[in-house]
Amino acid sequence: MIQFRNVNKSYGKKIILNNLTLDIKAGEFVILIGPSGCGKTTTLKTINRLIEPDSGEIYIDGKDITKVDPVKLRRTIGYVIQQIGLFPNMTVEQNIAIVPKLLNYKKEEIDEIVRHLLELVNMPYEENAKKYPSELSGGQQQRIGVLRALAASPPIVLMDEPFGALDPVTRDSLQEEIKKIQKKLGKTIVFVTHDMDEAIRLGDTIVFMNEGKVLQMASPEEMLQNPADPIIKSFLGKHINNENSNANLVASDFMRAKVLTVSKTKKTLECIELMSRRDVSSLIVVEEDDTYLGTVSVDKIKAQGKAGRQIAELITVEAMTVNRNSNAQQAFELLIASPTGYVIVLNDDNTVAGLITKTSMAKAMGEALWGEMTQ
Amino acid sequence: MTNLLYLTGEHMVLVLIAIAISTVLGVLLGIISYWVPYLDKVILWVVDSLQTIPSLALLALLMIFFGLGNVTLIVGLVLYSLLPIVRNTYIGLTGVPPYLKDAARGMGMSKLQLMFKVELPLSFPLIFSGIKIATVTALSIAVIGVLIGSGGLGYPIYRGIQTLNFLTITLWTIPVVIMAVIFDFLMSKIEEKLVKRAK
Repeated sequence: MIQFRNVNKSYGKKIILNNLTLDIKAGEFVILIGPSGCGKTTTLKTINRLIEPDSGEIYIDGKDITKVDPVKLRRTIGYVIQQIGLFPNMTVEQNIAIVPKLLNYKKEEIDEIVRHLLELVNMPYEENAKKYPSELSGGQQQRIGVLRALAASPPIVLMDEPFGALDPVTRDSLQEEIKKIQKKLGKTIVFVTHDMDEAIRLGDTIVFMNEGKVLQMASPEEMLQNPADPIIKSFLGKHINNENSNANLVASDFMRAKVLTVSKTKKTLECIELMSRRDVSSLIVVEEDDTYLGTVSVDKIKAQGKAGRQIAELITVEAMTVNRNSNAQQAFELLIASPTGYVIVLNDDNTVAGLITKTSMAKAMGEALWGEMTQ
Repeated sequence: MTNLLYLTGEHMVLVLIAIAISTVLGVLLGIISYWVPYLDKVILWVVDSLQTIPSLALLALLMIFFGLGNVTLIVGLVLYSLLPIVRNTYIGLTGVPPYLKDAARGMGMSKLQLMFKVELPLSFPLIFSGIKIATVTALSIAVIGVLIGSGGLGYPIYRGIQTLNFLTITLWTIPVVIMAVIFDFLMSKIEEKLVKRAK
């Protein structure tokens, strides 16, 4: 159990931790996440006293950590960093054995630990123990980095963006491994990341920080359902369920609002001209009071139209229409069935509200899944 | 011939003693300048200045304190060798990546453990290259030791100068040069290996 009580830290005028109060339960996988500069790494480093707060207290299992010698404290807390930080002058075995050696474990005991740990990540002792870090791949190096932190079986392990520099495939497998290890060994892991995917995947509890404060502390599930702040929502991005969740999406959510309409009194040549300028093959024709009448296509005008005549006589009503408040699924079905490739959306007073095309539908689907699309 | 071997041996021993002392002192000073803020500028300035004193003048000054003989020469050589060793130690230590120091401290190493388990081993290739430069320089400077009554290959060379015998001068210079070349070659080989391992 790690408790922060009113912890403050600032560098000059810049406030890094602002009266931070936080409880981390024993045996939990806790994620610290937030925009850069939010204080997540500082929070992590105050736990093993690499950074000393200006004021406030931090307790581990009820003990004030400022009362413990920092060197001794750190030997009971595992530490993994993004740059991995294996010592290039030591072999894999020597790297893993650092903390046990600092704690004066017996040689046989250390051998046992190294063998056991290497087994845990499927890196056979015989093949890997005598290698230098430079002979390993990035993923293997960070595996050793994690093992090194676990070697003296500390109850708490701090991880500072440990997988941030790895390729996605390696990251995936390491995430899986660390989650397994955490469950198996029952460690308390405090894990800093800026990657929401990682947070949701690994965390039992996610602590979202901003400007040195905790904005929300919740399980991933709860944070997804009720993000407490717009910043959290934007971080959650694609994971979040849009407010108008699938059940209450309506036709107007999928339409393109800007559409070209012409009055039925327009002349044929004008319409041809308009179509070629806007690069479309048909126009929506409306009554003088803007209510929907039908459509007119370029082919129809060419085949039957006479110069100078009104287009009213060429209107067809083959296009599908849908009320803007009707169910989205219904609009989809119409679109798929539509011979023209689009569905016209009408307001309650029968004026034209917009147009659903395959493009507008794809865009809206995208936004519903992943948030605002750039294009 | 026995004279040649004896003088060459003596020359080498004098230089090696001086380098051994200089290495201990130099690394120590390097560590102190790395540890103590502001002292680094002072120490580096002092060893820098030492190097600029002409060797003849330095030995003459030291003679006042240490009298004639080998001790004075060794002290002089130690002072001359300090610069490359102190400087390279300092550069090596400050060049250890911060994240490695962070990792080491985070695992619970004390300041001394950090120094001897991580910082010094990682700086060693650079420190060794400082020692190499110091050794090769000291081999040639040691020749002047004859003027303050110390042994080594300076004596026959000086005798050649006095009798204007250029053949003697040349002949006795050769072992000095050969020694310098051999030391440089061997130590460069070791340096290469060290650098390779540190990567």
